[in-house]
Amino acid sequence: MNPEKVLFGFFIVLALTLNFGFFVGELDNPDHHHVYELFAVIVVNLIATVLKFGDRTQMGAVLLATSLVALMQLFAAALVWTLAVHVTESGLTTVTMASIVSLSGGAMLANVVSVVLLIIETVMLRR
Amino acid sequence: MNNIFFLIFRRMRAPLLTLILTYSIAMLGLVLIPGKDADGNVWHMDFFHAFYFVSFMSSTIGFGEIPYTFTAGQRLWVSFSIFFTVVVWLYSIGTVLALLKDETFQNALTERRFAKQINRLRESFYLVCGYGQTGEALVKALTDRNQHAVVIDILQDRVNQLKLENLREYVPGLCGDARLPAHLLEAGLEHPLCEGVVALTNSNEVNLKIAITSKLLHPDIEVICRADSHDIEKNMASFGTDYIIDPFDAFALHLATAIQAPCLSLLQDWLSLGRRDMLNEPVYPPRKGLWVVCGYGRFGKAVYDKLVQEGLEVVVVEADPDLTGKPKSPLVEGRGTEAETLLEADIERAAGLVAGTDNDANNLSIIMTARELNSDLFVIIRQNRKYNDPVIHAVGADMVMLPSEIIANRIRVLLGAPLQHQFVTLVTHQEDGWACELISRISALVTRHAPEVWEVAFSEYDSHAVCAYVQRGKPLTLGELMTDPRDRACKLPCIPLMLLRRNDYFLLPEQDLKVQKDDRFLFCGSVYAKNRMEWTLQNENALSYILTGEARPEGWIWRRLRKREVT
Repeated sequence: MNPEKVLFGFFIVLALTLNFGFFVGELDNPDHHHVYELFAVIVVNLIATVLKFGDRTQMGAVLLATSLVALMQLFAAALVWTLAVHVTESGLTTVTMASIVSLSGGAMLANVVSVVLLIIETVMLRR
Repeated sequence: MNNIFFLIFRRMRAPLLTLILTYSIAMLGLVLIPGKDADGNVWHMDFFHAFYFVSFMSSTIGFGEIPYTFTAGQRLWVSFSIFFTVVVWLYSIGTVLALLKDETFQNALTERRFAKQINRLRESFYLVCGYGQTGEALVKALTDRNQHAVVIDILQDRVNQLKLENLREYVPGLCGDARLPAHLLEAGLEHPLCEGVVALTNSNEVNLKIAITSKLLHPDIEVICRADSHDIEKNMASFGTDYIIDPFDAFALHLATAIQAPCLSLLQDWLSLGRRDMLNEPVYPPRKGLWVVCGYGRFGKAVYDKLVQEGLEVVVVEADPDLTGKPKSPLVEGRGTEAETLLEADIERAAGLVAGTDNDANNLSIIMTARELNSDLFVIIRQNRKYNDPVIHAVGADMVMLPSEIIANRIRVLLGAPLQHQFVTLVTHQEDGWACELISRISALVTRHAPEVWEVAFSEYDSHAVCAYVQRGKPLTLGELMTDPRDRACKLPCIPLMLLRRNDYFLLPEQDLKVQKDDRFLFCGSVYAKNRMEWTLQNENALSYILTGEARPEGWIWRRLRKREVT
């Protein structure tokens, strides 16, 4: 058992599960999506991205790409949240909430790809 | 991509992870700990403000407490976080910056930039390995003729020197070990426009390695090597190195030619001079009498062998004969810088002296001492360092042998003017009288400067007008081509030296020779003649003026009008 692989898998899967946790619920209902969850998703995604640095394989490159996509989506979601609450002070309307959650949904898709790739790699390893 | 990039990214993992973790812990703490707003209500900091606060706290400290004054709980947390975030911030950013400044990383970046430059080259170039005295002279000579070069040298100083040099063409330079195939490949060894590799480093082994790498990886290109050991030369020749240049042998051969046939050697000299060089006077090394050779190293041996072949009497002066080996002729032990040794070598009745040690100061001293004992000596000096030019010039030796210049000149002719190289090789089989006559013809054409030597190829691209004319089946003689297109009564000041027609070489072709398509001529003469002749070759109107004496109508309308007149 390679502890590096454990940590790696842990963070990739955790990124997906947390992302899912934030995503579920009514799309435009602010009560169903907590800001702490979004924070956790972003932090775990950041960690997962950095863990993918410096992998020379083709698989590593694609994994890094999916993580970067997820991060971009999540940053966009956080930015929308900040703009809505602090800059325009319009508050969390159903419209903004819907766009935040759908952005995180996109990030979740990227995380799903990450996990699928991870599974494929593990299956192909056959050891 | 290079390994080093992955390595750098991998090493960035730890500092970046620490940074992310500490930031998120500090932010989470700030969000969780309750504060009070201006009215005393319980208030929780949001993630946006927490991120903002932590960002400036860790890097600067001292923007104050925002948006409301902190409670004691918040202050407790902040006072902890200040220490760990600052430490982590310094560590992470410091490490990342250090990684970016890492020498291997920077070298990898420079190499990549260099490889990109090479890939972008759109004109044929030569790869010059070693930018010492020879490399410098060669690159200068090549760029003066608008040819391109790429340089590799193992010392950064020399590559910097290249950047400071005021060359006519841009010459990319790489600091790297030319023994490594990777560096040669980066410098464009497999580039389709790479015409040749020139190995000029001062180590025979390195040159050998470069030659074998080039021949294996790009078999079609020319490989030219410098070598000064006969073993290595044989080795290089065994796998097909195109040209191997031994400066000592080359000079010894030159000396032998000068002894046998002064005109021939002068002719070869003149033709290989650079564009703005002054013409030199012929030298007449004594054909009989005693020669004293000081220094029996590589140079001494080469000269000694030639002198003995010429049947001359030779005395060798060598300080360390056990190291260099002993010649068959009489040997005097000593450096030759003292009068005693030279007297022992019979300098008083000698006709020639060769100061051939590998130390310029000693060589100069040998000549000064010897001249005091015998003022009529013919003196040959070996110059080891280019920067000693002024003193070597001042001592006024009859012949100066500077290895780097000999090699650079040879290679320049080889690369820049293959026909000229062929000509110089062919004339060695000619009589001295033949060469004397040619010399006097050339000196009538030029003033004090070296004659221009150029090639003319009758191809569609290089001489459009001539090709079109000859292909119509009309006869055209060489003499007609040498007419001045400004005034057809005058001849251009030039001499056709050689003709190459279907792999046969003809020396000094006659003026009434009919030219054919794909002929290649070698001319020598003044720059004026070269420029005028290019006009005739390319411009149909100039050609028709030369042949008929009439200026043809050039425009479409005038051609129409003229046609009507004729009919």
